[in-house]
Amino acid sequence: MKIKTLTSAIVLSGATLIALPSLAADTIKVGVLHSLSGTMAISETTLKDTVLMMVDEQNKKGGLLGKKVEAVVVDPASNWPLFAEKGRELLTKDKVDVIFGSWTSVSRKSVLPVLEELNGLMFYPVQYEGEESSKNVFYTGAAPNQQAIPAVDYLMNDLGVERFVLAGTDYVYPRTTNKILEAYLKAKGVAAKDIMINYTPFGHSDWQSIVSDINKFGSEGMKTAVVSTINGDANVPFYKELGNQGISSEDIPVVAFSVGEEELSGLDTKPLVGHLAAWNYFQSVETPENEAFIKAWHAYTKNSDRVTNDPMEATYIGFKMWANAVTKAGTTDVDAVEQAMIGQTTPNLTGGVAVMNKNHHLSKPVLIGEIQDNGQFEVVWETDGVVAGDAWSDFLPGSKDLISDWTAPIKCGNYNTKTKSCSGQNY
Amino acid sequence: MDPLLVELGEAKMKDVEPILVRIEAASDDSVLPLFRTLLEGNLYYIEAEGQVVGQSDVNGETVYKDVFTQQTRTDLQKGDVDKIRVNNKLRGYLRNAMARIQLTAKSPSVRENAVRELLSKLDDDTVEVLEGLYPNETNKKVKEAMGLALAMNTASQTGLAPSNRIAAIEKMSTSLESDVRNLLTRLTRDDSAAVVSAANAALEKIAQRVNRFAFVDQLFFGLSLGSVLLLASIGLAITFGVMGVINMAHGEMIMLGAYTTYVVQLIMPNYIDYSIWVAIPAAFLVSGLMGVLIERLVICRLHGRPLETLLATFGISLILQQLVRTIFSPLNRQVSTPSWMSGSWEINPVLSLTLNRLYILAFALLVFIVLVIVLKKTSLGLNVRAVSQNRNMAKAMGVKTNWVDAMTFGLGSGIAGIAGVALSQLTNVGPNLGQSYIIDSFMVVVFGGVGNLLGTLVAAFTLGIATKFLEPTTGAVLAAILVLVFIILFIQKRPKGLFPQKGRAAE
Amino acid sequence: MKRLTAWFSEGRSTGKHTLPFVVILLSVTILASAANLLLPADSVFYVSTYTITLLGKYLCYAMLALAVDIIWGYCGILSLGHGAFFALGGYAMGMYLMRQIGDRGVYGNPLLPDFMVFLDWKELPWFWLGMDQFWFAMLMAVLVPGLLAFVFGWLAFRSRVTGVYLSIMTQALTYALLLAFFRNEMGFGGNNGLTDFKEILGFSLQADSTRVALFLITAILLAVVFVVSQKILSSRLGKVVLAIRDSESRSRFIGYRTDRYKVWLFVYSAVIAGIAGALYVPQVGIINPGEFSPINSIEMVIWVAVGGRGTLIGAVIGALLVNYAKTRFTAIMPDAWLFALGAMFVLVTLYLPKGLMGLYGQLKAKRNSVMNKESQA
Repeated sequence: MKIKTLTSAIVLSGATLIALPSLAADTIKVGVLHSLSGTMAISETTLKDTVLMMVDEQNKKGGLLGKKVEAVVVDPASNWPLFAEKGRELLTKDKVDVIFGSWTSVSRKSVLPVLEELNGLMFYPVQYEGEESSKNVFYTGAAPNQQAIPAVDYLMNDLGVERFVLAGTDYVYPRTTNKILEAYLKAKGVAAKDIMINYTPFGHSDWQSIVSDINKFGSEGMKTAVVSTINGDANVPFYKELGNQGISSEDIPVVAFSVGEEELSGLDTKPLVGHLAAWNYFQSVETPENEAFIKAWHAYTKNSDRVTNDPMEATYIGFKMWANAVTKAGTTDVDAVEQAMIGQTTPNLTGGVAVMNKNHHLSKPVLIGEIQDNGQFEVVWETDGVVAGDAWSDFLPGSKDLISDWTAPIKCGNYNTKTKSCSGQNY
Repeated sequence: MDPLLVELGEAKMKDVEPILVRIEAASDDSVLPLFRTLLEGNLYYIEAEGQVVGQSDVNGETVYKDVFTQQTRTDLQKGDVDKIRVNNKLRGYLRNAMARIQLTAKSPSVRENAVRELLSKLDDDTVEVLEGLYPNETNKKVKEAMGLALAMNTASQTGLAPSNRIAAIEKMSTSLESDVRNLLTRLTRDDSAAVVSAANAALEKIAQRVNRFAFVDQLFFGLSLGSVLLLASIGLAITFGVMGVINMAHGEMIMLGAYTTYVVQLIMPNYIDYSIWVAIPAAFLVSGLMGVLIERLVICRLHGRPLETLLATFGISLILQQLVRTIFSPLNRQVSTPSWMSGSWEINPVLSLTLNRLYILAFALLVFIVLVIVLKKTSLGLNVRAVSQNRNMAKAMGVKTNWVDAMTFGLGSGIAGIAGVALSQLTNVGPNLGQSYIIDSFMVVVFGGVGNLLGTLVAAFTLGIATKFLEPTTGAVLAAILVLVFIILFIQKRPKGLFPQKGRAAE
Repeated sequence: MKRLTAWFSEGRSTGKHTLPFVVILLSVTILASAANLLLPADSVFYVSTYTITLLGKYLCYAMLALAVDIIWGYCGILSLGHGAFFALGGYAMGMYLMRQIGDRGVYGNPLLPDFMVFLDWKELPWFWLGMDQFWFAMLMAVLVPGLLAFVFGWLAFRSRVTGVYLSIMTQALTYALLLAFFRNEMGFGGNNGLTDFKEILGFSLQADSTRVALFLITAILLAVVFVVSQKILSSRLGKVVLAIRDSESRSRFIGYRTDRYKVWLFVYSAVIAGIAGALYVPQVGIINPGEFSPINSIEMVIWVAVGGRGTLIGAVIGALLVNYAKTRFTAIMPDAWLFALGAMFVLVTLYLPKGLMGLYGQLKAKRNSVMNKESQA
């Protein structure tokens, strides 16, 4: 008897886990898969708010296809396997039509198989290492050729830099970026001895020896710059150490790919003034679109000190494009929206027009800014027009023959132009 | 001059450099304040008047001063002025221009620095000026620097006789300037074989000295890391070593200290330079009181159950982290470095010690000494030692063990708070601050020997120096792993650490 | 079948919870699996694949909790590094699954996993050899954690590193492994770890039937581990283990080589953790160095503490309950979850030293005594 009651209790509690069929079928559901707790919460919470703001605005404009847009927020808690689990929850239990989410590469890699299995649709808004193009993901952040390569071009052409320190945190994004840069620099005639590569663990805090090495490397008579893919928390001690060892931005400029307005808002910017960052967006760019966006953001967060940053713009562009694509397709069906997405255009917040290419990456302008003492960037250089995001780098031996094209007849994210074959696909 | 200033104020950034060249050409050393203000990014343009003005912060208020006369302009509002922005290229130009102007400055040290600044940019004009100044220079050091500059010029003239150049190279070989080494490296590819061998010999001579200083540098890095480890672990050495309590929330006590520094700076934004002196006692109190609270509420009830204490304090650490996230947001907080702690002490061109780390090293030692005195010379210390050596006997002698426990825990936590003040100057102040030091602190205490402050000191510096000497060959990550593995193995060999506590208990 | 029932009834004689536990576990598992495979998706009783994988993950955690409980609850060794054994088992399975991808990887290299192609490695490192064989990988999944536990335990227990020292050392061990596996040069995929698995033993990992099968296997193995552990711990050997927990020096003075008992129990526990890890990876689809993080290992201990250490059923219940609560609460109020978890640590250690099972025992004892009084009156 006892066993029976226990059994039924467990079955019942299991039943509460079972997906309830979605009650309000007349809403369009947008899943938000950003960490709200754990180490990544710092960056990702902002993006969750951005999506919610966009949903809000869309509903004020009357929703989509005559339906209300509804956001479903889950918290993968900076735990990588949880991204897969929560992604599955969004797609099967909440039956969302699209997901905006993920920040780190590993979280994207974790949720990717689930997206492909259940044919979901995800917008990924962060600059990343490339070497990927899934049918189910649209990449609205920068690929390496939209951030790293223009930055190095700027260093060589405008600042006359001849020696490069490639310093990064030891994970896949810096590794790929640095490999691409190394190949690119060598192709440009920079000798191997003029490239110094250094990797440090996450949250590295004791930069004494490395900064002193950089200083030595930089004092050998050639103009030197640091290309930094140092991630998050490790940046503050790094810049502090640079400042304390007397290395100023005019001696050895540091150009960073992971330091934006949001990161700067948490630190004393004095030691950073004059150092550089390369992004597709800066809050300081003055365009009517950007002003309106910043205003809306301040109104939404009820805090006029909140800054905007590049991944926010990527989320903004992604959401706008998705809404347009849904309108164009007349349905939220993933395959239809996926095809409608290609060729979509949306005005950038920094001027010009972003285009979604056949490889699920955007064409965007690239800007380089100098850090100012107020935590903002002063744009010192920008590309003429937009740069098309390249899913597969031309500078890596493994991927130089690969392209991604999601239109007929190729319809492949991983197409080898030499062997004319498509590999690595699950469908 | 005024029309040039108007041009400067209204120019776009990329057009500024030619204007600066004209300004430099048209003026004498009176232009220095202008350049300096511009270099610091404090130069503003008053559009209505066609004038420039310097902006500075005096006790939190924006003050405008005339650049040249230093007279305060009270009639200006923020809206009246536009910032004249500079980029790295301009900063580089400004520094060189200032050096050129300062070659004739009154102060010998300014003159010397100006010469050294110009070593990397020895163009013909500069050399000509230096040649003119050299015979009349009276200060020995400045004359030496100028001589070095001229020697570098001589050595690089391929048209001169090799003997002259070799003499110049010999003169250069006593210098540690990186520009000298760069020039010598270039000379090793010279056409004249005699010059090449002289350059090689000079380089060798310099390299020997440089290596010696590099060793000192590395030692300092190790000591500095050791001082951080010492600060982080010394509070733990008291709670763990003396009371036998594993406090997993120790890292959060450090974090609280760092946040206290942040709050103190918020309260007194205009006195950042003095904020540290307020923050140290404040952090001691905040973390110390929190420690007493934890001891009274949780730890004292788990007496004699160390493993349970470990779990409960871990729970407390989670709560404290989340509390800080809720109150201060999960973002890192900005803690400014007082001006007297930034920069470095330049001993010579290859050896300079960063001031913040020097201060922290001294501070760590000071805290250690004070703590030793407290434990050895005060009645609290006597009680603490009595309780740690034999709790029951101490109790029997009338020591209020409960009170001693609370005070000891408060002391240990308070010192962790002080460590937080120091760490806020080196790293991020965020909710995860404590987590990144907790394992290292435990390693230091266990390695040094529980209950032995001297052991903690030795262990902290040993591990710090070992890590820094491993790093160049293995990289930062592998160095950390190797040190951890070493400690794990060491503890298997000597379970009680470097300096085991002597006692007569069976286990 | 007969032997099976006999085995169960044997279990019954040694631990009173064993039979009910096994029956409930297996029947729930089979019911849920059937509901997933046989019922149409719109049925009220349909169990979604999401739920199946979630339950599968919980069961892996339960097995892991069992491993922690065996040494902590029964032998008094608090390991704060069991996440390391779990993760090593997981990596062994992950390596096998990685090799199964074959030339379907992004770069289409038939031999090398994508991340190695990307790092420009030309050949497979030696420790990846043989991992394409399922039996070999599974052997490694138990052998590697077992061996590490043996070496560590042998060193530590022989030199009598005990109590909190041992806890700290185990924590340092998992932390060192965390740092090591983060390094890309190690050849385990660095921070990204191993992911994008395709199939196991030829069955597609994305098929519902495979997921259900993995879920079933996990449940069965959990039951087996439970029964075997129960038998071991209630044998003579188990009695010695308990004696060591209660007073190691006395046991040693009586003449038991306590270090040997501890080493082998530690190895046994690590092997179970390794098996749990190997089962965990195909179900969640990724293994990365995050699993080594010291926080994870501490969380495992709290599952056991909540459920009640020193009882195997308590460990299982604790793991299931805490993880279920985590799934629910992180969805509803992510901010409050850490407060709740922290408070749970403190309250359980303060007021429920024997966990929920202890509470249950206390309540039962109270009721019995009340009933006794009543019957007397």
